[in-house]
Amino acid sequence: MKNYVILGNGAAAVGCIEGIRSADKSGKISVISAENRHVYARPLISYYLEGKTDAKKMKYRPDDFYDKNGCEVFYGETAVKIDTSSKTVYTDKDTAVKYDSLCVATGSSPFVPPFEGLDTVENKFTFMTLDDALAVEKKLSLGSRVLIVGAGLIGLKCAEGIYGKAAEITVCDLADRVLSSILDAECAITVQKRLEKQGINFMLSDSAVKFDKNTAYMKSGKTVFFDILILAVGVRANTALIKDIGGDVNRGITVNERMETSVRDIYAAGDCAEGNDISFGAKRVLAIMPNAYIQGYTAGVCMAGGDAVFDNAIPMNSIGFFGHHIMTAGTYEGECSETVNGENVKRFFVKDGFLKGFIIIGNTDRAGIYTSLIRNRVPLDGVDFESLKKLASNSVFSSEIRKQKFGGVV
Amino acid sequence: MKRVYVNEEWCLGCHLCEYNCAFANSGFKNIAQLKGKRIFPRIHVEGDDKITFAVSCRHCADPICVKSCIAGAISKKDGVVCIDRTRCVGCLTCILVCPYGALAQGEDGTMQKCELCTGNFCGAPACVTGCPNKAIVYEERSAQE
Repeated sequence: MKNYVILGNGAAAVGCIEGIRSADKSGKISVISAENRHVYARPLISYYLEGKTDAKKMKYRPDDFYDKNGCEVFYGETAVKIDTSSKTVYTDKDTAVKYDSLCVATGSSPFVPPFEGLDTVENKFTFMTLDDALAVEKKLSLGSRVLIVGAGLIGLKCAEGIYGKAAEITVCDLADRVLSSILDAECAITVQKRLEKQGINFMLSDSAVKFDKNTAYMKSGKTVFFDILILAVGVRANTALIKDIGGDVNRGITVNERMETSVRDIYAAGDCAEGNDISFGAKRVLAIMPNAYIQGYTAGVCMAGGDAVFDNAIPMNSIGFFGHHIMTAGTYEGECSETVNGENVKRFFVKDGFLKGFIIIGNTDRAGIYTSLIRNRVPLDGVDFESLKKLASNSVFSSEIRKQKFGGVV
Repeated sequence: MKRVYVNEEWCLGCHLCEYNCAFANSGFKNIAQLKGKRIFPRIHVEGDDKITFAVSCRHCADPICVKSCIAGAISKKDGVVCIDRTRCVGCLTCILVCPYGALAQGEDGTMQKCELCTGNFCGAPACVTGCPNKAIVYEERSAQE
């Protein structure tokens, strides 16, 4: 009987467990979970604050998930060392777990720059885990002035989550625009204006340089008074375990299409891993939930002796603020064309006859049709792309392609 | 497994499937109660002046919506791709990934999708039963399953 060990307990770990069980019903699976919790949907923590979900509903899998899949979970333990010669993982609680096949799904950690005076700030939080959200909730009151450092996905979702529960929300970022990792400058302004309309304040191309208790001193010379500080500057992939044993690590743990690291019998998946982004044509950390699950699943199948590859990963994000939706996918290179219909914006990026990426604000109906053109590398010469840009519809494909899509089991 | 398939050469684009779907999942006693209301069907007719066809969930063998749902709210039960709408937060990631454009939001903003009428009183897909010229069929098309 094979011993499988998974380091981490998020979406990638669940994918890995389900992948293993698709090929091996009996091997032993051990899960090392730093968080003392049943697996939950991490991106839902802002929805939790907003009241759109609760601790029970946000469980990513049912209560009997580990039992049903024959997993032993080591809660509240963090793996600190991998010994490849004895094929053993050691945790901070001195537990030693032997593996035949290991998956590193350790995720990422918030990056907190060494701000001067940060230690004088009493109510400061990062916003990555349910524990973070619970801690913020505890301190938050209708009179709270909240300063969020970071206008990325995490910072802005946090702003939405606490909206209406605080007196004042200010978001600052060194970047010149909101959501700089997924939006170009013009689309970012559209989104920023909408958020400003809701009453969220922005200080862009500006950030805190120094804190003194409840005061932030900004790069611009301005000062911001706050009661609660949220640090959402960015995240770093948790790669140390592999780095320590000499495995290949870039910004994430580098993996091939089977999710194998450079170390024998060790796989990696999720936010800690760096796999190929086919829209970009190089390896990148794609810290998104679908990617985490699919990488985990792929790793699991391969760990169990099966044959799986994940060879069409692209960045893709669907994110909404106050009922307005934004969808983005791929890479923004090549020729950009835009369709605008009132408040709805669609931007497409085409290179060498292939759709490479898009940004949609507003009407996101059937946007997956666009995403599939990128992921499946569909040549645009067989597609009525001009019509498609206006409206995502299957009618732009030839009836032969439609027959493939809708005429049989897919 | 039986699935819903469309024969586009027979589809008139009458949208009756959309009404039958909306009624099947509405809880209403009479389809006439839909009159004047905005409907949120789980099947929709697409097309142009040349061709029309109805699109609903393909119940894929390897559904990317299940793997992508950030809430873990979509799962496969006996081959049917189902959504637990109480757990959906309306992030629309499933819309972003479905290559068929088969999912749409319901009235309350959470996602809804075709579950082959397994969750309502119909017993068989209402879109198929009500299609006047068999442009939508419910049948087995794979020998492997």
